Amino acid sequence: MTPSSMPFLLELLISLLLVTGALFALIGSIGLARLQDFFMRLHGPTKASTLGLGCLLIGSLLYFSFQKGTVSVHEAIVTVFLFATAPVSAHMMAKAALFRGVGKGGPSRNYPEN
Amino acid sequence: MTWIQRWLPHPLFAGFLLLLWLLMNAFSFAHLLLGSALAVVISRVTQPFWPERSRIKYPGKLMLYLGRLLVDILKSNLIVARRILFHSRQLQPGFFTYPLTLTDDFAVTMLASTISLTPGTVSAHYDREGRTLLIHCLHLEDEAALIRDIHSRYELPLKEIFDD
Repeated sequence: MTPSSMPFLLELLISLLLVTGALFALIGSIGLARLQDFFMRLHGPTKASTLGLGCLLIGSLLYFSFQKGTVSVHEAIVTVFLFATAPVSAHMMAKAALFRGVGKGGPSRNYPEN
Repeated sequence: MTWIQRWLPHPLFAGFLLLLWLLMNAFSFAHLLLGSALAVVISRVTQPFWPERSRIKYPGKLMLYLGRLLVDILKSNLIVARRILFHSRQLQPGFFTYPLTLTDDFAVTMLASTISLTPGTVSAHYDREGRTLLIHCLHLEDEAALIRDIHSRYELPLKEIFDD
């Protein structure tokens, strides 16, 4: 089965998901470049990119499910792992940064004492 | 301790691993055997790392909670995206401490992850003695309102689910 035999609506939906996903990944990267301190930059990867990658994965899921004729579950598993691991890695990075005093005296208020 | 408890200390976790293995590979008898062996070995080897067993009392409510979380993640993505694009210079980031009422380790982990995935907040440190979470907020305006929000929207449902 070639991709061109897909119904137009499905093609449109998949393209929309891919473009939206790419857009959010781009916004996440812009956030990395524009935000001032480490703790603010931490917000980009945990959120904007999560949704971006989520959209891409749903697009991929639809595409391959249609092509193979069976539900493709790999993407669903990737999504689950992504949502389970993103907060943990953000937490660990924040902990390490606090421990080393990164961003002390920066724009973030109420920086913890110890 | 019966032999089944010794070999399968976390039956749900082992079942999840087996299911994952079968989903990742095509289903066949060989994969069923290999997956089962892996599930038993991995859940036994990782047993020392597990905290005391958490009780999920209401799985249905947990599903409801996850559904609501998904919607909140979508919303928070849009909010953060807008802030990055249009207000990145006017943001007032800051830390605040959140007083925890949850005691169960797994429930606290769930809450911390939820906070990291939702609007403009990342959990940065968990103080086990003081029972507080240190949270960094991308745009901190009303601390008290934010704490109230997290409490009623996420912590109370988690308390119910884990019967903590």
